[in-house]
Amino acid sequence: MSDSFGILSYGAYLPRRRLQRKVIAAANGWFNPGLRALAKGERAMANWDEDSVTMSVEAARDCLTGVRPAVIGQLMLASTTHPYDDRQNAGIVATALHLGSALRVLDVTGSLRAGTSALATALAAGGSALVAAGEHRLAKAASPQEMHYGDGAAALLIGRGAPIARLVGAHSETVDFVHQYRGHDRPHDYAWEERWIRDEGYMKIVPAALGALFEASGTAASSVTHFCMPCTLPRVATALAKRVGFAESALRDNLAALCGDTGAAHPLLMLAHALQDAKPGDRILVAAFGQGCDALLFEVTDAIAKLPPRAGVRGALARRKEESNYERFLAFNDHIALERGMRAETDQGTPLSTLYRNRDMVTGLIGGRCRNCGTLQFPRGRYCVNPKCNALDSQDDQPFSDLGATVMSYTADVLTYSPDPPAYYGMVQFDDGGRMMADFADVDDGKVEVGMPMRMMFRIKENDAARGFVRYFWKAAPAANQ
Amino acid sequence: MASGIRDKVAILGMGCSKFGERWDRNAEDLMVEAFEEGLKDAEIGRDQIEAAWFGTAIEEQHVGKSGIPLAMTLRLPYIPVTRVENYCATGTEAFRGAVYAVASGAVDIALALGVEKLKDTGYGGLPQRGRGGLNNLFWANISAPGSFAQLAAAYRAKHRVDAKDLKRAMAHISVKSHDNGAKNPKAHLRNRITESDVMNAPMIADPLGLYDCCGVSDGSACAIVTTPEIARGLGKKDLVAVKALQLAVSNGQEAQFGDWDGSYFATTRVAAKRAYREAGVDDPRKRISMFDVHDCFSITELVTMEDLGISEEGRAINDVLDGFYDASGTVPCQIDGGLKCFGHPIGASGLRMLYEMYLQLSGRAGERQRPAPVLGMTHNLGGFPSQNVSSVTIVGSYGA
Repeated sequence: MSDSFGILSYGAYLPRRRLQRKVIAAANGWFNPGLRALAKGERAMANWDEDSVTMSVEAARDCLTGVRPAVIGQLMLASTTHPYDDRQNAGIVATALHLGSALRVLDVTGSLRAGTSALATALAAGGSALVAAGEHRLAKAASPQEMHYGDGAAALLIGRGAPIARLVGAHSETVDFVHQYRGHDRPHDYAWEERWIRDEGYMKIVPAALGALFEASGTAASSVTHFCMPCTLPRVATALAKRVGFAESALRDNLAALCGDTGAAHPLLMLAHALQDAKPGDRILVAAFGQGCDALLFEVTDAIAKLPPRAGVRGALARRKEESNYERFLAFNDHIALERGMRAETDQGTPLSTLYRNRDMVTGLIGGRCRNCGTLQFPRGRYCVNPKCNALDSQDDQPFSDLGATVMSYTADVLTYSPDPPAYYGMVQFDDGGRMMADFADVDDGKVEVGMPMRMMFRIKENDAARGFVRYFWKAAPAANQ
Repeated sequence: MASGIRDKVAILGMGCSKFGERWDRNAEDLMVEAFEEGLKDAEIGRDQIEAAWFGTAIEEQHVGKSGIPLAMTLRLPYIPVTRVENYCATGTEAFRGAVYAVASGAVDIALALGVEKLKDTGYGGLPQRGRGGLNNLFWANISAPGSFAQLAAAYRAKHRVDAKDLKRAMAHISVKSHDNGAKNPKAHLRNRITESDVMNAPMIADPLGLYDCCGVSDGSACAIVTTPEIARGLGKKDLVAVKALQLAVSNGQEAQFGDWDGSYFATTRVAAKRAYREAGVDDPRKRISMFDVHDCFSITELVTMEDLGISEEGRAINDVLDGFYDASGTVPCQIDGGLKCFGHPIGASGLRMLYEMYLQLSGRAGERQRPAPVLGMTHNLGGFPSQNVSSVTIVGSYGA
C-alpha cells in the first residue's frame, strides 16, 4: 500500500444525554437484583429524534471538518440498527452530506463487526471512501444489555493525500460463533451465557485473528501502543492483552463507563478515540468481535499533528448532559405506552414524490444564493426574495447546514405534540444571511435567549408509525453545547 | 389613483350568534342564528340579497368546502355564493367581498357571513391540521400559541424589557378583556379574572399561559351591506359606513430577508398606513374612537397597538398599564371582550368585531356603550408573525 493512502480523518458523535446506570438499577433492581452490580457510570442515550442515520451524519460531519475532499467516491454505512431494511440508508446520509449522485454506497449490517468490516473493505479497495458507523441499540427493560449498551457513531475518511494513519496489516476470521443474535423483525438481542462467550469466544477467536495479522504483516505484538478492544465483559480485554503480548499500557479505555457499548460503531469509536490521543509513530490495533473477528493495525503518521481540530471522541464525551429520568429513556425507546394525546394522532404521511423533488432542500438543507444580488434564502423560491431584486431563477445551491446562526425568537411549547415536551423552536438568523423557523434540539430548559449561537443538526422530524417511515430534517442546537 | 372605499358602502344590518361551546348546535344552526338577526336588523327579505360571501377557515371540522353550505342553510335563491378563506382574516375577507361587490355597482345588496364550529375535536385549543405536503416536511412543530409567543422573546430583546414587566402588561390586557366580556351577553367567557390568575396560570407556550390565549369557540356573524343611497331609501338613518378595508400579505421578506426582528407585524404596519389614508385619518390615536384588534394572544394585542401607530414603538406596555385601552380609558380596545372573551370562531371573528363597532356607532351597545363614537377600527391577523395576512378595517358614521 502506498505511503499516501490511509486514514485521512476521523470523527465521532454521541447523543448528549447520558443515562445514569444507577437509575436503571433503582428502577429494575427489584426484578433483577444482579443489575445493581452494573450500576456504575453512564451510557449515551439517543434523543427521541436520533437514530443510527442521524448520528452517522453528525459523526461524518465531524470527520469532514476542514478536510473535505472535492470528491468522495464511496460511502459505507455500518449498523445493526439501520432504520430501513429496503431504502438505502447510506443514501440518506449521502444526501445530508451533499456527496452528490456519482457515488458508490453500501449499507453494511448483520454483525457487530459491520463497522470494521466496512473499514477493512474500503481500505482494501484503495479508493476514496467515507466509512461511518452508527447505532441506536435497543434492549429489554431490566436486561444486562440495557446497562451495557450505548448509542453513538463514528466516521473515518479514507483516501490518498496525507494520511494521519496508514494500514500496516489486517486480518479477518469468520466463525459462526453465536454469542448473541437478533432474528428478523425482532427488536431485541438474545444472548448466551457470558462465561462461554468469554472462554470459547473472545479468548479463542480474537487471539487467532491477531496472531494471523502479526504473522502476515511481520510485526510484533509488543509494537502496539493502542489496543482497541470493544468488549464490555469484565477482564476479557486485559486477559487478551496479556495472552497476545501487548504492553499493559496499550489497553485502551473501552468507554463502557462513559458512553456504553455502541455496537458496530464501537470499534471505530475506539479507533477515533485512539487517533485523537495518538502521536506520530504510534501503532493502533483495533479488533472487533462478532461471528469471528476483524483486526486492523495502523501506524500513525506525522500528519496527525496537522489535522484540523474537531470534536472527536473527546468532544463528543464532553458534550454531555446527565439524564436521571429512566421513564424518559423507556418512552424514547417505545417501551411504555404513554398517553400521547389526540394531537399525536395527526397523520404524518410523507408524499414521496414531494420529498424526492425537494430532497436537496429537505435532506440536505440546501437553499439558494442569488447570483444577481448575493442574497441567501431558505427555502429558495423561483424569484429572489430581495424586493429590490426579485430575479427569476437566479439562485445557485447554497447549503445552510454548516452556516452559523443565532436565535431571533423562540418559545417552549407544551401544547403542540412532542415526544419530549416542551417543544423548543424559533426563528434562527444565519450569520451570512437567510433565516428559518426551526425546531430546536438538545436545548436546556430555561437556557435559550435571543442572540444565542446555534448550529444546525440532522435529526428525525417525524416518525410515521402507521407506515414505518422516518422523516428527517434539520434542527438548530445550541452551539455552546457542541 | 383609486379613490378607495370610503363612504361608498353602508351597513344595512348585522347579526351575531352567541359565541361559546355550543355543544347543542351545528354550524348550520349558528349561521341561522346570526342570519335571522341580520335580516331583521336590515329589514329586508332574503330575496333582496343578490350575492353572498361565505367565510370558514377550518371547514373540514364542520360545513365542508364551497359556497353550497351557505346557500343550502339559508335557502338563498340561486345567487352567487363565494366561499373565502384567509386564515383568521376570513370573516373580514367575506365582508370585503360583499362591500366591493356593492361598491362596484354589480349588486345593490350583498351578504357576508362567517362561521366556525371548532368544539368538535375532542381536545382543547385549535384543531390540529396539516400545512400541505412540502411544508409538513420542513416547517417547525409550531402551534398557534407557540408561533405568537415568539413575539415576546423578540420584543423583550429589542426593547430590553424584563420578562416579568412584559408579562404583567400582558396580564393587564387579559384582565381588561375579561372585564369587558363579563358585560357582554353574547361573549363566550364572562368571568372576571385577576392579574395573579394570569401570572400563575398553566404555561401553554412560554411566556403565554392559559389566560394569555383567546377562547376557542363556536359562533357565527354576518353583515348585510348596500349603498348609502339604498340604505336611506330603505328608511335607515345614522348610517354606519365603511371607511377603509385594507389587507397586507407577507411575501417572505419577514421570514427570509431583511431587518425584521420578530417583534412586530410588518404587514399590520403597511395595512394600517393604507387604511388611515383610505379613511382620511391623520391622527389615529386621537381620531379612532375604539378598537377591536386581533388579540389571539395577549402579546399580539400589545404589539399590534404599536403596529397600528396608536402606541409609540416600545411604549405599549406603558399605555396598557396606564389603562389607556381599558373600557374606561381614552381609547378602549376589545370593548366587547375581544377574541380573548367573546371568543374566536375563526371565520366569524372579523364580522364579530365589526358587529361591536356597528352596535357602538348605532348607539345600541347597551351596558358597553361608549359616548358618541365616530370611528371604529378592527384588525385581523392570520398565520404566524413571520408570515401572515393582516387586515385593517375602519367603519364610522357616514360622512364623518
